Amino acid sequence: MNIERIASISTLENIRDKARASSPENGKSEEQEAVLLCAGGGCIASGAYAFKEALQSALNSQGLADKVTIIETGCLGPCAQGPVCVIGRDKTYYQGLQPTDAEELVSSHLKGNQIVERLTWKGEGEKPVPVLADIEFFKRQTKIVLRNCGRIVPTSLQDYIAHDGYAGLAKALTSMTPEQVIDEVRISGLRGRGGAGFPTHIKWTFTRNSEDPQKYILCNADEGDPGAYMDRSVLEGDPHSIVEGMALGAYAIGSSKGYVYVRAEYPLAIERLQIAIDAARQAGLLGKRILDTDFCFDVEIRMGSGAFVCGEETALINSIEGKRGEPRPRPPFPAVKGLWQKPSCLNNVETFANIPAIIHRGGAWYAGMGTEKSKGTKVFALAGAINVSGLVEVPIGAKLREIIYDIGGGIKGGGVFKAAQMGGPSGGCIPAAHLDVGLDYETLQSLGAIMGSGGMIVMDEHSCMVDVARFFLEFTQDESCGKCVPCREGTKRMQAILTKICAGEASMEDLDLLEDLASTVKSTSLCGLGQTAPNPVLSTLMHFRDEYVEHITDRKCRAHVCPALVQFNINDNCTGCTLCARRCPVQAISGEKKEKHVIDQSLCIKCGACLLACKFEAVDKQ
Amino acid sequence: MTMDTNERTSTELEQLATLNAMLARTSREEGGLIPALQTAQNLFGYVPHFALEHISTSLRIPMATVYGVVTFYHFFSMQPRGKYTIRICLGTACYVLGAQAVLDAFREQLDLEVGGTTPDQLFTLEAGRCFGACGLAPVIMVNDVIHQRVRPEAVAGLIQHYREAEQHEGELV
Repeated sequence: MNIERIASISTLENIRDKARASSPENGKSEEQEAVLLCAGGGCIASGAYAFKEALQSALNSQGLADKVTIIETGCLGPCAQGPVCVIGRDKTYYQGLQPTDAEELVSSHLKGNQIVERLTWKGEGEKPVPVLADIEFFKRQTKIVLRNCGRIVPTSLQDYIAHDGYAGLAKALTSMTPEQVIDEVRISGLRGRGGAGFPTHIKWTFTRNSEDPQKYILCNADEGDPGAYMDRSVLEGDPHSIVEGMALGAYAIGSSKGYVYVRAEYPLAIERLQIAIDAARQAGLLGKRILDTDFCFDVEIRMGSGAFVCGEETALINSIEGKRGEPRPRPPFPAVKGLWQKPSCLNNVETFANIPAIIHRGGAWYAGMGTEKSKGTKVFALAGAINVSGLVEVPIGAKLREIIYDIGGGIKGGGVFKAAQMGGPSGGCIPAAHLDVGLDYETLQSLGAIMGSGGMIVMDEHSCMVDVARFFLEFTQDESCGKCVPCREGTKRMQAILTKICAGEASMEDLDLLEDLASTVKSTSLCGLGQTAPNPVLSTLMHFRDEYVEHITDRKCRAHVCPALVQFNINDNCTGCTLCARRCPVQAISGEKKEKHVIDQSLCIKCGACLLACKFEAVDKQ
Repeated sequence: MTMDTNERTSTELEQLATLNAMLARTSREEGGLIPALQTAQNLFGYVPHFALEHISTSLRIPMATVYGVVTFYHFFSMQPRGKYTIRICLGTACYVLGAQAVLDAFREQLDLEVGGTTPDQLFTLEAGRCFGACGLAPVIMVNDVIHQRVRPEAVAGLIQHYREAEQHEGELV
């Protein structure tokens, strides 16, 4: 695509007005319709491209090819319902699209103006809710970070500009000093969205005040917390917002060079971000003398290589330098000595995505949302035992109940909510008793959880809290870089105790030792990984201590998760089909054909193969 | 720069030439070691010892440092890998929805431990970190393709699918 150089605000505004008139969202003209097809990673994995092909051939065969355009957008949010699309000006939303649905969608909706109800969202009582704006999942969200995701073509600079893209940068470069930009961010009350919630303007001020001709602005896109993927969605769905956000940050701190550190697990995000960077460079929005001012700035992508610890800022800096991703002791802080010993400022993707909107619309507007100490919105990645998993963005302070029940549609299969795990391996669990607390940084901390990156795994009675804690310790133990003793050895010992508890071999003294170790590791580790690694243990101990005790004293796992503490038995439903006996890897099942079988508990290794094999619900897990 | 050209196949020599071209672009740049290793891994499918030596000489970074870096990151492998790397996501969302059972099924049916490669060099089995596809849990990745909502029962079919695709040498889904 040929991109003209944008040398002034008036050129930018011209492009914006022209692009707005032909924005895909509005259709190219009165007679034109657009199908906005989600091409986020989730929908692609669900077969969005196969559906697109079928839709295009249906459009061709039904003679609508010149009237309807298929536009690939970024993530719309409800990832589990994919592939999804939005059609036309009235924004009819369709989900679960299969290639076989294409013909009907074209003939009914696009030709006959008849909504295909079976593919729409289902509201209360399975009632179809066809229009996007009426759907609870979307209606209750406030989208700032995800403002363009699902609305624009991620790889189109014009489309981004049509949605006020680069307007914030233009405003800052032509009418604001760097100090004023920082002040606007201060007024907005924005806090780092990577997890710790450190005020962004303070980080920027520190770096600005470090005197050095060479400074760096870094974007942490090493989204390593399992269960969080909002950064991936922003990079895939609205990559220019990161380029613009970083440019604004660079202007504020006085930097001319930026790096985005993206994890290798996100190939599509890397591809789209690179396209955005190239386009911005071609248009002169990166490079020398941006918008004909003295401001020069360029960005480069660095790819991670699969190390969770590299999400920690000093480890990330080492990794960009081409070293082992081990953290550095602080001080000196990166704001003083960061990348290549130069002052560096590191923010995460979600933080940067907020910046263009804050500068364009003003800090006061942003501060109008959220709570007293935590302003703006936060994106959560809902997953686990929930009806509608996906990305949701709500004002900070929204209640957990609202997110899980009103937006997420409640617990899968009508189950009972047990806990929400927040903040991944650095976070903790919030039990049902606290469903009505508002989610902000301070409240979450007081409950032993953290806002973290925003992963929210919903668990029902089928999750064992001890096993969840063990799972996270296994994760952090594996990812501990080994540099400092408390983290390297402490997490190993904690993991060993948790494994013992899950195996039903622990004593109550082990529990005390576990708590003791947890607080030591927390207070003595070098970096954030070790300092937060005990959180999953401490928070489950805080809210679910009885489950730990049950494992130890009663040798019971109420969720039937811990293999050593469950028993498989065959009930009277058994028809004697012999399938389970044949599937059993250790020949623990015996019985005559057409007669009830028995499991020899002394041989059983509790693999559950019999339960999976049985077609008559004759195997009980107790 | 000289290098040992004995016992290198013509493909390997071609790949080394590509690596050289890349190194020529990056050697002056600071922090070029990891991108160089990533390029080598992409070219060879793993980072062979001769590539490590080569990178060490051309970037003038001691072999000990190169070795320290290559062993630090999960993505680098110094052993040849299978044509298809199967990564089972063990992120939280996948784990609570049964990813462990999926991993166990792969281990059993491929007769592999995590990190291992089948004797025919077709499959390498790995446990992955969150792929960010939590809405579709449990997920697995075969090279760059994500398979969603994988149940242990579906594992045999998946393996069969890739085996057949290999036999036909056709395009993969």
